[in-house]
Amino acid sequence: MASITSARVLRPVGTAGKLFAFGLDVGRGLFRRPFQLREFLQQAWFIASVTIVPTALVAIPFGAVIALQVGGLIKQFGAQSFTGSASVLAVIQQAGPIATALLIAGAGGSAIAADLGARKIREELDAMMVLGIDPIQRLVVPRVLACMLVAFFLNGLVSVVGVAGGYVFNVILQDGTPGAYIASFTALAQLPDLYIGLIKSLIFGLIAAIVASYKGMSAGGGPKGVGDAVNESVVITFLLLFVVNFVLSTIYLQLVPPKGG
Amino acid sequence: MGVEIKIDHLTKSFGKQMIWGDVSLTVPAGEISVMLGPSGTGKSVLLKTLIGLLKPDSGSVIIEGTDIASCPEKELYEIRKLFGVLFQDGAMFGSMNLYDNVAFPLREHTKKSESEVRDVVMEKMDLVGLLGAEDKLPGEISGGMRKRAGLARALVLDPEIVLFDEPDSGLDPVRTAFLNQLIIDLNAQIDATFLIVTHDINTARTVPDNIGLLYHRHLAMFGPREMLLASEEPVVRQFLNAQRVGPIGMSEEKDADELAAESGQELPPLPPIPMQLEPSNGIPRRSQREPGAWCKENGVTPPPGSFQSADAGLAPGT
Repeated sequence: MASITSARVLRPVGTAGKLFAFGLDVGRGLFRRPFQLREFLQQAWFIASVTIVPTALVAIPFGAVIALQVGGLIKQFGAQSFTGSASVLAVIQQAGPIATALLIAGAGGSAIAADLGARKIREELDAMMVLGIDPIQRLVVPRVLACMLVAFFLNGLVSVVGVAGGYVFNVILQDGTPGAYIASFTALAQLPDLYIGLIKSLIFGLIAAIVASYKGMSAGGGPKGVGDAVNESVVITFLLLFVVNFVLSTIYLQLVPPKGG
Repeated sequence: MGVEIKIDHLTKSFGKQMIWGDVSLTVPAGEISVMLGPSGTGKSVLLKTLIGLLKPDSGSVIIEGTDIASCPEKELYEIRKLFGVLFQDGAMFGSMNLYDNVAFPLREHTKKSESEVRDVVMEKMDLVGLLGAEDKLPGEISGGMRKRAGLARALVLDPEIVLFDEPDSGLDPVRTAFLNQLIIDLNAQIDATFLIVTHDINTARTVPDNIGLLYHRHLAMFGPREMLLASEEPVVRQFLNAQRVGPIGMSEEKDADELAAESGQELPPLPPIPMQLEPSNGIPRRSQREPGAWCKENGVTPPPGSFQSADAGLAPGT
């Protein structure tokens, strides 16, 4: 009885360990030649095509909400000239990577998990291994790199669209001064803010792709297993990304002193 | 010239459930062997263990001096290049058309130019009768065609060992007969070691040089075709002759009462041993033996009427 309970308690630890081991395998596969350039480009194109439009559509209201909230609050302090700066800080440091992560996990990751899961249950992955080809090197590594690349660029997209959305709402709806909005960009925000945003997006892309690939490749039990794998991969990725985001933000705020104090 | 597979004391279980234990046999080089067994006795699991997709709990699988069960992954990928495997549903890559599927191993493992690849692919496609279907996607063709395409892909690297996972499941009798003839012709042509997993009795009776029978979590018997077809061993004769009377029941094993009730029953006589299929060009295969040679050597009298016809020798209704 005790062993059953302990087995149940320890199972998530085992899964986490397997996921980590899978991550290490991918890391090793990264340096194995030949590099699958064609698969990488196809995947990058595919992930970009399913994420660009939704990301832009998410980024506009995101920027707008921040602009409206911060704008309303800041008005009460009489510091409207800093609206632009606050909005840039929020979008680039937090909203950008998070929106990117949600889209990469929700659209890109689910597609990866479904694709690999379907291949798994149709024995395609077995066939590949039997043909002497390592699916991690052939399929997973290109997907992970593609995810990271697309996440990196999506982060840029969210930043631009979010800040632009904030600008439009601030200037048109809240009668902000266009010049002040733009001029205050550098008042609070600084270059390291941009770097941390980009680093975050790379790490989020990595995590999303590895979780999705792992879940897809360990799918079992027919079509239902694939559905479960997709579902679990999205949920696990979301959880992981928010935790990692929290940790990274905390470390960053400790290491890099805020500007302008 | 084919490679021998030496399986030694192999045991595999999933969780607490043992699939089979202590399986020892040697699949002779260059010969055709069939592994039989009632549904759910782990025939496919055995096949996957032989190619290292599943790790056994204990025992070894030796191919060319390498133990598949314990060697590092890198060696495993090397040794797998000796194998051609036909999976149950063909396992074609769904995103590629048949041509690219068959060309895939060549493009990944050899430095052949596209025109050389084309020659090899077309030759194999011709062999399995799929010329003209190169541009089709695996989703657009029938199960039988997928199987033949899977066979073409398995053969494209000129394997030393070819494994067939139920080549006849889901095929009509005519196609099965053609496929069986194809297997014989292929063996004559490339001299590789063939191991077929099936539960089709027709195939088992007429195609192989050797037969093995997995039953009740162990290997009941493995040996030359005539040895098993002439065997009086209850499990073997029941299965190879598709009879209801015997130790194999609807569920995995019959209960003791039923067996006791049957013990007095007369077992139906052994049907005659059929002729083995011969290559269609008439030139005997290297591993082919004279009909009745084994029986003569071992002093076994084959059932009356043996070696006279090539049909499976099963009277209808038995």
